[in-house]
Amino acid sequence: MNRNKIILKRFLLNKGSAIGGIFLIVIIIGAIFAPVIAPYNWNAVDTGPRLSPPSLSYLFGTDIHGRDVFSRIVYGARYSLSVGVISVLFGIIAGSMFGITIAYIGGRVDIIGSRIIDVMFGFPSFLLSLLVVAIIGVGLWNVVFAVGLASIPHFARIIRSAALQVKEQPYIEAGINLGFGNLRIMFGHILPNIFPIIIVIATMDLGGAIISIASLSFLGLGAQPPEPEWGAMLSSGREYMRYAPWTMIYPGLFLFLTVMSVNLLGDRLSQALDARQSINRGKA
Amino acid sequence: MNFFIKKLIIVIPTLYIAWTVVFVTLNIIPGDPVNLMLGGRPASEEVRENVRKNLGLDKPVAERYVSFLINATKGDLGKSYLTRQPVTKMIKENMMPTIQLSIGGLIFGVFFGVFFGIIAGTKPNSMRDTFAMVIALCGISLPSFWIGMMLIFIFGTTLGWVPIVGEGFVSLILPSISVGLFFAGGMARLTRSSLVDVLNQDYIRTAKSKGLSTYNIILKHSLRNAMIPPVTLLGIQFGLLITGAVITEEVFARPGLGQLLLQAILAKDIPLVQALVVYMTAVYIFLNLIVDFTYGIIDPRIRLERKSA
Amino acid sequence: MRNTLEVKDLNTYFKSDYGSIKALENISFYIKEGEVLALVGESGSGKTVTSLSIMGLLPPNGFIEKGKIALLTKNNTQINILELSEKKLNQIRGNDVSMVFQEPMTCLNPTMTVGSQIIEVIINHKNISFSAAKKEMIELLKLVEIPEPEQRSTEYPHQLSGGMRQRIMISIALACEPKLIIADEPTTALDVTIQAQLLDLLKKLKNSLVSKTSILFITHNLGIVREIADRIIVMYAGNIVEEGKVSEVFNKPLHPYTIGLIQSLPEFNIENRKKIQPIPGNVPNMNNLPSGCNFNPRCYLVKESCKIQKPDLAKISESRKSRCFEYKQLI
Repeated sequence: MNRNKIILKRFLLNKGSAIGGIFLIVIIIGAIFAPVIAPYNWNAVDTGPRLSPPSLSYLFGTDIHGRDVFSRIVYGARYSLSVGVISVLFGIIAGSMFGITIAYIGGRVDIIGSRIIDVMFGFPSFLLSLLVVAIIGVGLWNVVFAVGLASIPHFARIIRSAALQVKEQPYIEAGINLGFGNLRIMFGHILPNIFPIIIVIATMDLGGAIISIASLSFLGLGAQPPEPEWGAMLSSGREYMRYAPWTMIYPGLFLFLTVMSVNLLGDRLSQALDARQSINRGKA
Repeated sequence: MNFFIKKLIIVIPTLYIAWTVVFVTLNIIPGDPVNLMLGGRPASEEVRENVRKNLGLDKPVAERYVSFLINATKGDLGKSYLTRQPVTKMIKENMMPTIQLSIGGLIFGVFFGVFFGIIAGTKPNSMRDTFAMVIALCGISLPSFWIGMMLIFIFGTTLGWVPIVGEGFVSLILPSISVGLFFAGGMARLTRSSLVDVLNQDYIRTAKSKGLSTYNIILKHSLRNAMIPPVTLLGIQFGLLITGAVITEEVFARPGLGQLLLQAILAKDIPLVQALVVYMTAVYIFLNLIVDFTYGIIDPRIRLERKSA
Repeated sequence: MRNTLEVKDLNTYFKSDYGSIKALENISFYIKEGEVLALVGESGSGKTVTSLSIMGLLPPNGFIEKGKIALLTKNNTQINILELSEKKLNQIRGNDVSMVFQEPMTCLNPTMTVGSQIIEVIINHKNISFSAAKKEMIELLKLVEIPEPEQRSTEYPHQLSGGMRQRIMISIALACEPKLIIADEPTTALDVTIQAQLLDLLKKLKNSLVSKTSILFITHNLGIVREIADRIIVMYAGNIVEEGKVSEVFNKPLHPYTIGLIQSLPEFNIENRKKIQPIPGNVPNMNNLPSGCNFNPRCYLVKESCKIQKPDLAKISESRKSRCFEYKQLI
């Protein structure tokens, strides 16, 4: 118990976690209370002169349709954060089920399962996402699905390693001898023990997922106008870069800062929990 | 020698398995490719049948699969739906700019990544370590399309230092940075942690006990060992260079395979998408092979087996 | 004849989350030219810290608070190691004093051939050509009795057995004919038969070395001490508790801890037909030492005075010292 307290203390007091944590909390509050914080509706066109520079009434200026950039960014937080989290959740849950199952069953199932993971790894994940979008069509939720799907092999591999390690522990064998059902052992015993590792890799990957989804939206494959997703906003802001750079600078800036905060927290978290060592041992 | 040959042999089945996945994926597309081919024009059933025959869609799946694999090996994957040109020709025409971009990004990423990694790793927990790692963190957090646009805005539009469009070496600078930044960040972090690990090893203490200078120790003893994990990372990150190509070519309006792929997807030009993915997969697998080779060269434990007892 | 090594009042600390922990307290000893001094103690007694302090190889959180370490260099000058700059320290490391570590597998660079790791120390200190250094390296391999030295020198550490790797380490330590070799548990990680071979080798080398090389032999195994050492120092919890010639100390130990160590030896008990007597209790935590004598909780001679005051290392005769109030009982 004492050790956990020391870990928690180190994590909270660290400058990196503090900065990252505060910024993220600000963004989350912004996302939740968007209707209250944002002066205008994200879809309200012609609230003022089009493409006007940042001013008191329009903190980040207006875009080509006369919409307030600041309001759109605030509402956009809802999109960028939630789609990132959902995508990672999807990947983690599917990856965990697959990884734990093949690790637990072992034998041929494990060998085949590992081969499948390796083959999926033969593709750069972004290419895989592109391919999936090519098949199922464009749209924000399609992209979320595609990115989540592409992340499954990555998660499955790490979770499988971790599960293999836990499987060797005596209490698992004790559970089998006591006649516990397989499902109960897999998800009641193995899963809770690899939970810290799952949290850490999920957080470390969250930043990447947010960027991937924003990138696909930027390319026109994800969020479609007029949705205020930051990647899509950058795509439209691009055209007016010369005379109205604020339409490009601010959405990207917030994307960058959000991802940076998530990465910072992920870093500190993994250091605090010493998870990296366990993962490395698992891979060996 | 054994090690290298073994690796080479494994590549072939890997390639075919990957291509199989491509085939399977692309052939569960809902929707009728025939419609696309006809450009949405209404046509009689007879015309449709003809088109179907031309596209080879009337043959059973197994036969199509085999001819797909054969064609992929030959390098001839048919004609694009939209441009009616052979896809191989289209790929060849657009290959060069993408290769240049990838190499540029690779050089930038490796050079700066390793550089900052060494700065940080040789004095952990110091000011310069924090400084280098903050930069690395920015590298992996920056969306490449945003930094690309910001670079264009700052250096191109506002300062006018670098030309935005055009061919030639100078026009490669900004896009390479854009592609390579994420890569550099990852390399820096990994190089740092790997170097810190290596410098804590017992054999470094032995080297010190010989009276070797710090400079000597870092260069000769640590770097070679410390580079093993980053080299492995390189293999995984090659995917990023391909990713980066798609986005960066779009941002900088450069021609290349990335642009081609994007347009193909948006237009649902299946043969072109298929050909591009087949090609990129092959390149990716081949590059990973080179990485494996490098890994074997650097670390003798991998390539040599235990002899004496 | 001057002493090769003179350590005076060495105090070494480590920084930790709990503050500074004292690992060595007022360590003083000497090693004569050509002599083998055994440094004996259990894990945590401070023997390795002593060796690292002498070589200047303490980890980043270790520091030497005070003391003097006088080394007689090959030029016959006496220098204080603790006052040397890093550059000067590098000149004597590997050259005037060298070290053999415990774990040969992790102590050799896995990506360099063993030959190059030996040549490297030769070239670092001697101003000779690469080919001359290479010749010397082959001679060294022959000296440590490695068969087919030319072939072996091109191999990597993982291709050799544990015993061979340790011979490589020994040849690295010998390469520049130092005045002092510190051997920190060189045989502990190896099989018993290999241990015996290496000890034989070390004895042969000790007797044949030209430049009256001294050896500081660190071990927890008293059996080895009798084989190879001239004098012995026993350490416990950061202090020296007994010192003397090996024959004297084994015949008549003058500290209860030494007695305990000897009595734990199987060979001793077979000789004297006694049962093995382990020392009760555990080695204390260095940040939680008992008051008075460090050893008192485990001592069978303990008196009340032992728990209050800490005994000094008293000189009993020309060669004997003991840190015990009750040593007279043992004479």
